[in-house]
Amino acid sequence: MATITYLEAIRQALAEEMQRDPSVVLLGEDIGVYGGAFQATAGLLETFGSERVIDTPISETGIVGAAVGMSYLGLRPVVEMQFIDFIACAFNVLTNYAAKSHYLWGAPVPIVIRGPSGGGVHGGPFHSANPEMHFVHTPGLKVVCPSTAADARGLLKSAIRDNNPVLFFEHKFLYRRIKEDVPDGGEELVPLGKAVVRRPGRDLTIVTYAAMVHASLQAAETLAGEGIEAEVLDLRTLAPLDSQAIFDSVRRTSKLLVVHEDVRTGGIAGEIAALVTEKLFGELDGPIRRVTGLDTPVPFSPPLEEYFLPSAAKIAAAARELAAY
Amino acid sequence: MTAASAALKPEQAREMYYYLRLTRSLEEMLARLYRQGKVFGGLYSSLGQEAVSVGAASALGPGDWIAPMIRNIGALLVRGIKPREILMQLMAREGSLTHGKDGTCHMADLHDRHIVAPMSMLGDLIPIMTGVAMAGRYLGHQTVAMTWIGDGGTSTGAFHEGMNLAAVQKAPLVVIVENNQWAYSTPVARQVPLRDLAERAGAYGVASHIVDGNDVAAMLHVTQQAVAQARAGQGPVLIEAKTMRMSGHAQHDPAEYVPREMIEYWKARDPLDRCRTYLTQNKLWEPATQAALEARVERELEQELAAAEASPLPQPESAGQGVYCEGCHTIEPRWLRDKDELTPPKSAARAQWTVPDFGG
Repeated sequence: MATITYLEAIRQALAEEMQRDPSVVLLGEDIGVYGGAFQATAGLLETFGSERVIDTPISETGIVGAAVGMSYLGLRPVVEMQFIDFIACAFNVLTNYAAKSHYLWGAPVPIVIRGPSGGGVHGGPFHSANPEMHFVHTPGLKVVCPSTAADARGLLKSAIRDNNPVLFFEHKFLYRRIKEDVPDGGEELVPLGKAVVRRPGRDLTIVTYAAMVHASLQAAETLAGEGIEAEVLDLRTLAPLDSQAIFDSVRRTSKLLVVHEDVRTGGIAGEIAALVTEKLFGELDGPIRRVTGLDTPVPFSPPLEEYFLPSAAKIAAAARELAAY
Repeated sequence: MTAASAALKPEQAREMYYYLRLTRSLEEMLARLYRQGKVFGGLYSSLGQEAVSVGAASALGPGDWIAPMIRNIGALLVRGIKPREILMQLMAREGSLTHGKDGTCHMADLHDRHIVAPMSMLGDLIPIMTGVAMAGRYLGHQTVAMTWIGDGGTSTGAFHEGMNLAAVQKAPLVVIVENNQWAYSTPVARQVPLRDLAERAGAYGVASHIVDGNDVAAMLHVTQQAVAQARAGQGPVLIEAKTMRMSGHAQHDPAEYVPREMIEYWKARDPLDRCRTYLTQNKLWEPATQAALEARVERELEQELAAAEASPLPQPESAGQGVYCEGCHTIEPRWLRDKDELTPPKSAARAQWTVPDFGG
């Protein structure tokens, strides 16, 4: 066992998959000699060489397009977006080409697009976004949002071995803040599409993912001191969505709060609310509630960003109201 | 005919004519089927520019890759796609390569014929085929990737990103810029302030050629040179083929915006007429050979149509299947290279840039 950060877990997953399989190659801006803007690929050029760790021009469409082409010959390219906000520059090739390739042409696209997402580090409106729902809304893509170091490693390994285009949203607030014991060099894959209960509880279910798992756990701790037992369900992947795990938890608690950092309108909370209403309307003991980011860009100044972001206090407040319902 | 065409061997010249004739006759058949309501969606024709597809595709070796666009049916035929596969695709039949899920020439065959599908958004095939070229090199295949793009498509950002990436990577890629003078209804001069689109290659440090795209032999000859350059590791090559779209953007478009004199100018340069003249003048066929060849095309197409019409429309519920690849494909690269070179310790490298002249 070793205590590693979420960021180190990602680096380890890349290194171990590259060691295991020479068809895994990396493409991205400043990922080779420099080791990546966040150092997620530090040392990989030294180990695996410049044919496998490819420093590219600033061309998100170019890089993602090239990765798709490489995957057609059986390679498994992993593309880094320096910040996940820049994935918007590759939107066409991802949503129109990569996502449709298997359905239309029977041509699987085993690629991973990974990069730092999310706010809380005062990155400003172009370095803090949570653009996952653009892609959850696109059939053919898988969307992964890990919350822990063990998951970051195990899910990234699964993503690389998956035969579909997988978008891997690393929460940059967690990169160096999360540390945990992870078994050394194991094969502990975490399957895509399986949620996990992070904390059991009987009074309400909090469904969440990524950095908000930690805010929700903190809120659950506070609530426990008040006699409210909140169950925290970490989705881990948004596409495919583990709706069964959501139904199972809501059946136990009869109350649902969905928490995400992404903006409110069109966030995954709306979809989950629809699913639960369709399936479990008669079992609900209160309205489905949401705690989310605002319907704004992520603002820069610390008090503005703090106002934008959900927090443990905001989650606890919503949970109290729901528990009392 | 240019001097280049003199190099054609008789059987090669006859084969090129066969593919030109097959392309044109197949597209004429598709137009009839379209009018009968048997072809769905838009129907895009390569009338007048068949030599760009046939000549370029004929320059490739067996393991090479192509990604054609909608006016490159000729390239698909040369690379082994059967007319029935094109007919079934446009008639939206179950038996097509896409099982009715996509139309026009949007089809792929990654395993046997090394064909990458196009999509309607222009430009993205350049980076995609750059990746195909890079992966071929990575695996030790010594293959070349080829794609086509129209004059209009060169205005996209994806074209620029792809050309630049291919150039810095020295990817074995051949890009055929098919200058057919019209981007739907807009002439080249309103899209690009250059007489020759090949000039764009210079900005990427990429070698380029300009060729008469209606001369199938010249097209073949120039593309053979480009393919050899790319295969030898000299980086991507861009070929501008000057041609003319002799029908509308698609079947619905009468193209009244095209000056009549321009049509006349290019009609006199029809690629099939020129190929026939060449074959006759150089005594590469007898009138009987021509007649036999054309009869063969007509006979084959009737058989192909019968086969295509025998294929049913797809089952409605198949619309819900195949979004994800879950165990339906085994993905295994074909290694023609020692993997040890790419694995530690042999793969180790020094993380240090060298800037020879300090950029001053």
